[in-house]
Amino acid sequence: MKILVGYKRVIDSNARIQVRPDGLGVVTDGVKLSANPFDDIALEEALRLREKGVAGEVVVAAIGPTDAQAHIRNALAMGANRAIHIVTADAVQPLTAARTLLKLIEKEQPGIVLLGKQAIDDDCNQTGQMLAALWDRPQATSASKVEVNGSVARITREVDAGLETIEVDLPAVITADLRLNEPRFIKLPDIMKAKSKPIEAIAFDSLGVESGDHLKITHYAPPPTRNKGVIVNDVAELVSALKAKGLI
Amino acid sequence: MSKILIVAEHLDGQLNSSTARCVTCAKQIGTQAIEVLVLAADPAGIAAQAARIDGVSKVLCVAHARNDHALAAVYAPQIAAVAKNGYSHVLAPSTTFGKDVLPRAAALLGVAQVSDISSVEGPHLFKRPVYAGSAVVTVEAPAGEILVGTVRPASYPAAGTAASAAPIQNIPLDIALPDHTRFVELVHGKNDRPDLQSARCVVSGGRGLGSDEDFALIYALADKLGAAVGASRAAVDAGYVPSELQVGQTGKIIAPELYIAIGVSGAIQHLAGIKDAGTIVVINKDSEAPIFEVADFGLVGDLFTLVPELIAAIG
Repeated sequence: MKILVGYKRVIDSNARIQVRPDGLGVVTDGVKLSANPFDDIALEEALRLREKGVAGEVVVAAIGPTDAQAHIRNALAMGANRAIHIVTADAVQPLTAARTLLKLIEKEQPGIVLLGKQAIDDDCNQTGQMLAALWDRPQATSASKVEVNGSVARITREVDAGLETIEVDLPAVITADLRLNEPRFIKLPDIMKAKSKPIEAIAFDSLGVESGDHLKITHYAPPPTRNKGVIVNDVAELVSALKAKGLI
Repeated sequence: MSKILIVAEHLDGQLNSSTARCVTCAKQIGTQAIEVLVLAADPAGIAAQAARIDGVSKVLCVAHARNDHALAAVYAPQIAAVAKNGYSHVLAPSTTFGKDVLPRAAALLGVAQVSDISSVEGPHLFKRPVYAGSAVVTVEAPAGEILVGTVRPASYPAAGTAASAAPIQNIPLDIALPDHTRFVELVHGKNDRPDLQSARCVVSGGRGLGSDEDFALIYALADKLGAAVGASRAAVDAGYVPSELQVGQTGKIIAPELYIAIGVSGAIQHLAGIKDAGTIVVINKDSEAPIFEVADFGLVGDLFTLVPELIAAIG
């Protein structure tokens, strides 16, 4: 079985996000870019499934500009067998990403598609669900445990009420939550090995994907700030302040 | 003509309060009709609850054994089929339920989705947080297609109770449902405390508690206040509490009147989950902890001394 993993490049989770003064985006100059953390978890799960003998090949797919190659090499260094780079200068919205991944599914025929549950830039949490709909296959989002048994997968999902377990027939789309695993660190020899692994570059325009970028972001603003608070000296002062506000 | 469809969230026969929050958002969009769709094995009781939400004009029910559990692959085609009956907007809460189900319905309708609506600026113009709440974007959706959106429950109070119940209508299911996705089980943490997402007061603990035994301090304070209990990601990862208590960008986004964070450092992902709280109280020994940036009242010191003092002082 083959596993296809989505791998998006985003602003690093530790970078401080600043809105541009013109309100047209966030500052990206000199800001560190990294793999979406949830995508690293998705990739790690795919690699573990390969190590368990469930999957034979792990293929990484990234949609991004030409200079995303270095980012894709990281996925290969982590252990993916090969990569597909859909080259486009423009960021795509989830519906377009889902339609693009569907094209790759038609070509690659994976048994499992593993994605991060959301990207930490637009925080949409949509692509996996949309892909599963278009593919007309099961989805298991926010996965914290994945067990594959032949043509069936049993997935535990983190939901508001607790932990939900569902069973899906493969092929299926699974999206990774935080506690699914802890991604491995890349070792130097793996970086060397990754240099010889293939990256297939495909121009986005050549795929004939109908754009789903229906939404227009007209403005970026910094979040509203909270009023500056006070430091109280002791518990008595805290209790009287809360009583004065009628909160306790 | 705008007509809004809201997909009801429910569990064990109880309507989730996030549905009434979606109704408040729908009212702000401005509409001729707000209709609630209840998909369930036995929807009558849930529909009766939805019919009493102020502003709801009609409740639609699809009763089917396969609707026993909220599986996206089963719900989404039904939502998409109903949405085509002249609705301008389809909304669901951006809880784990709505996040799972609604994008699947949007894709079936061939439209984009606006996730986490936090403000309505016009029928097709919304604000939503991005980058874990580090920025807020204004998003314009095309007027010519159905607007599918998830509503950030913490941004909207629940709509009140109506004087008279809205009509309830059962609608037939005339599409085939897939059987490739099956519910196995739902494991709840045993919890008699108020619900984290709708509680008036929440007490959260972080890594500073140090162990699951010491997390009992958080429960003790919460019991004293009649509060719900939350936790930071660090406390969940350390195994002090189950994952459903996690507050933050990837956990629950909450807006209680009073939020008390104890031994929580305040990673940006945690702050994203509490920014709409009325009053934030912070108890932490590290006066440089980022959580103090959002505190209305901060108390610097050892939580193992201060929390028992606080419990005693509340009386």
